[in-house]
Amino acid sequence: MGYDPKNPMEGRITDLGPQYYGKHLPPIIANNKGKWLYHEILQPGVLVHVSETGDECYTVRAATCRLISIELIREICDIADKHCGGFLRFTTRNNVEFMVDSKDKVQPLIDDLKSRGNKFPIGGTGAGVTNIVHTQGWVHCHTPATDASGPVKCVMDELFEHFTSMKMPAQVRIALACCLNMCGAVHASDIAILGVHRKPPMVDDERIGPVCEIPLAIAACPTGAIKPSKAVVDGKEVKTVVVNNPRCMFCGNCYTMCPAMPLSDPEGDGIAILVGGKVSNSKSAPKFSKLVIPFLPNTPPRWPETVAAVKNIVETYAKDAKKYERIGEWAERIGWEKFFEKCDIPFTDKSIDDYRLAYDTWRTTTQFKYTKATAQYTE
Amino acid sequence: MPKHATPLLDQLESGPWPSFVSDMKRQAEKKPEVWDILGQLELSYHDRITHWKHGGIVGVFGYGGGIVGRYSDVPKQFPGVEHFHTIRVNQPSSKYYSTENLRAICNLWEKWGSGMTNMHGSTGDIILLGTKTENLEPFFWDLTHELGQDLGGSGSNLRSPACCLGQSRCEWACYDTQEACHQLTVKYQDELHRPAFPYKFKFKFSGCPNDCVAAIARSDFAVIGTWKDDIRIDQAAVKEYIAGNYPSNGGAHSGRDWGKFDIKKEVIDLCPTQCMWMEGGELKIDNSECTRCMHCINVMPRALRPGKEMGATVCMGAKAPILEGAQFATLIIPFVKVTKENEFQDLVDLIEKAWDWWMEVGKNRERIGEAMQRVGLPAFLEIMDVKPMPQHVREPRSNPYVFWKEEEVEGGWERDIKEFRRRHAM
Repeated sequence: MGYDPKNPMEGRITDLGPQYYGKHLPPIIANNKGKWLYHEILQPGVLVHVSETGDECYTVRAATCRLISIELIREICDIADKHCGGFLRFTTRNNVEFMVDSKDKVQPLIDDLKSRGNKFPIGGTGAGVTNIVHTQGWVHCHTPATDASGPVKCVMDELFEHFTSMKMPAQVRIALACCLNMCGAVHASDIAILGVHRKPPMVDDERIGPVCEIPLAIAACPTGAIKPSKAVVDGKEVKTVVVNNPRCMFCGNCYTMCPAMPLSDPEGDGIAILVGGKVSNSKSAPKFSKLVIPFLPNTPPRWPETVAAVKNIVETYAKDAKKYERIGEWAERIGWEKFFEKCDIPFTDKSIDDYRLAYDTWRTTTQFKYTKATAQYTE
Repeated sequence: MPKHATPLLDQLESGPWPSFVSDMKRQAEKKPEVWDILGQLELSYHDRITHWKHGGIVGVFGYGGGIVGRYSDVPKQFPGVEHFHTIRVNQPSSKYYSTENLRAICNLWEKWGSGMTNMHGSTGDIILLGTKTENLEPFFWDLTHELGQDLGGSGSNLRSPACCLGQSRCEWACYDTQEACHQLTVKYQDELHRPAFPYKFKFKFSGCPNDCVAAIARSDFAVIGTWKDDIRIDQAAVKEYIAGNYPSNGGAHSGRDWGKFDIKKEVIDLCPTQCMWMEGGELKIDNSECTRCMHCINVMPRALRPGKEMGATVCMGAKAPILEGAQFATLIIPFVKVTKENEFQDLVDLIEKAWDWWMEVGKNRERIGEAMQRVGLPAFLEIMDVKPMPQHVREPRSNPYVFWKEEEVEGGWERDIKEFRRRHAM
């Protein structure tokens, strides 16, 4: 039997919670939990973890898209059944990890993965560029300012050699969020690719009454740009709102609260690039990513402007930074004025904070470096 | 045969990175509605704008979360995605799977959904992408009865908690992140499924300060492993690193010639508190000065390990920028033991204290981090029964505008202006 629509509450089971993780651990993991001594990356995408029991766990890490089919998951299961005793895991960055309990099982596993075309590139470890975490984009979201899976594919095609190698000064974490809601929480990434809107919401006077709570729409605006108003629809006066456009910062929060205020637009929407964030507490404290390129156009299917911008930053950093330096640590050491100069990114007023706590980011010292940006004063 | 021409998306089938377009085409052979996903996406690539309508409240009886409603705004062209709701299934701790379970999920999704997924969503759930309203209850029945699995969180709920892989495959985990994550998820099923909060609330569990699940950036309640005694040093292994016999940083930099390993340049000089030095051929650490950043341990994993007295630091209030700007989580409890022996009671006490307050004072769609900002950290610490200490701030305040309380001032605030005037003419 299954669900009976005539008796929807009968036999219902709720509040089970997730499956117990212990059922999903491969024996090599279950037997050595809490006993690991050290690890080593043997080659890009291949790790060994050594236990105090003498056991060794070899892990092969391969990229997958975040958007994957059950056909592909079944293929992943086939690989895990053949090589890994029927277990696998996914990382937080959409990679899949195949684990085996002895060294002689590694090469057959690698060979198998490599035999499957470009489906499972091996890498994403150490001082390289790992998989991009991202959001839904045009494939499933109602508020995006750009696509997600597409730009990610294009950027990773271009940075592919850095996924399969470890030549960077430190790990490079790239993230993409397709609007300012940042489901992808890109605010602490080495490089963040962020979908942004640039046109204020339109107000659908006909629909706003039936579909929105007008006070909630007004309260949703962080800058107080939305005010109650009246309009005439079919000869009848209706309640609506009006947007003070110059005060709009294009966050889209009003649209989240009120479907009658859409703001997406082919010309208005595009991508901003933020850099220098990190999550780890290693060496320096966690840092937010900073906005360095305020806008690049949406140019599907290959987003060449975004790809070039990300590649330029990655390669400039790779050439200039010291070993162990994350992008943000590098930018802080050389100074952000030098970051813009070395990356040849034009600095605009859009990179100067004028929102909350903005003053914290203004320079209040006479210490700065001369770059071509100051030439107008020195030449 | 393709149902729709996709000349723009077809250009994403070339290149070395895996192609989601090729994968979807393969799936479309078995699940024809996937052609409509591709068709609508192609239209978005052409129009450079989304074709999904805003929201739509759908769900299963008795739950207020776990399913996100989604409808096409061009359903006549793409009837297969007229309804395209997302189902979130709560992942097992740190995303290990038996293939038996993964295959069962695939079979269920072949039966009731589009066949497309995200492994995984940003918060950690298994995301099953695209189904019709009438399939939701039958799917949920099979998920609970046949697989013994449950939905994850969405909306103003506890969101599915997430953890790093912890002690399962990492030598640095300072507590059992998997067990803490699992037990607290099970304990708070009501909060996860039935929205009663001002807004979303996330727990994340990282085993060490490297923070591989981004707890400090993304969770309202971040439990990040740490220790309170001395870093364990294996001096023989230190010598092996210095001799170049062990690869630095676990081999993470082996793709480029960075020169011979230099312990002074790469470890001692990069220590943020400068609390390390070499003496008589041995590495010394002044542990009282150490802030446990992990750098030295990261660089020499075979020589250095976290101390033995392990626990966690609790930070609270992180969130992405919407609306007041991004916040990292703020240190609240410097050290707490995290153990299943007492059913994680120390964490439970903190969580429930914070929830009691936030559920009373939190405004609609106000994350706890924003509520903390609104009332101020001193007031929040008082709510949490935590004595203020210098560790709570990066630096003391520079303005003198202290909100003294009346009971803190000798004689209180009641004064007599007439009596004042007798001594002070105006």
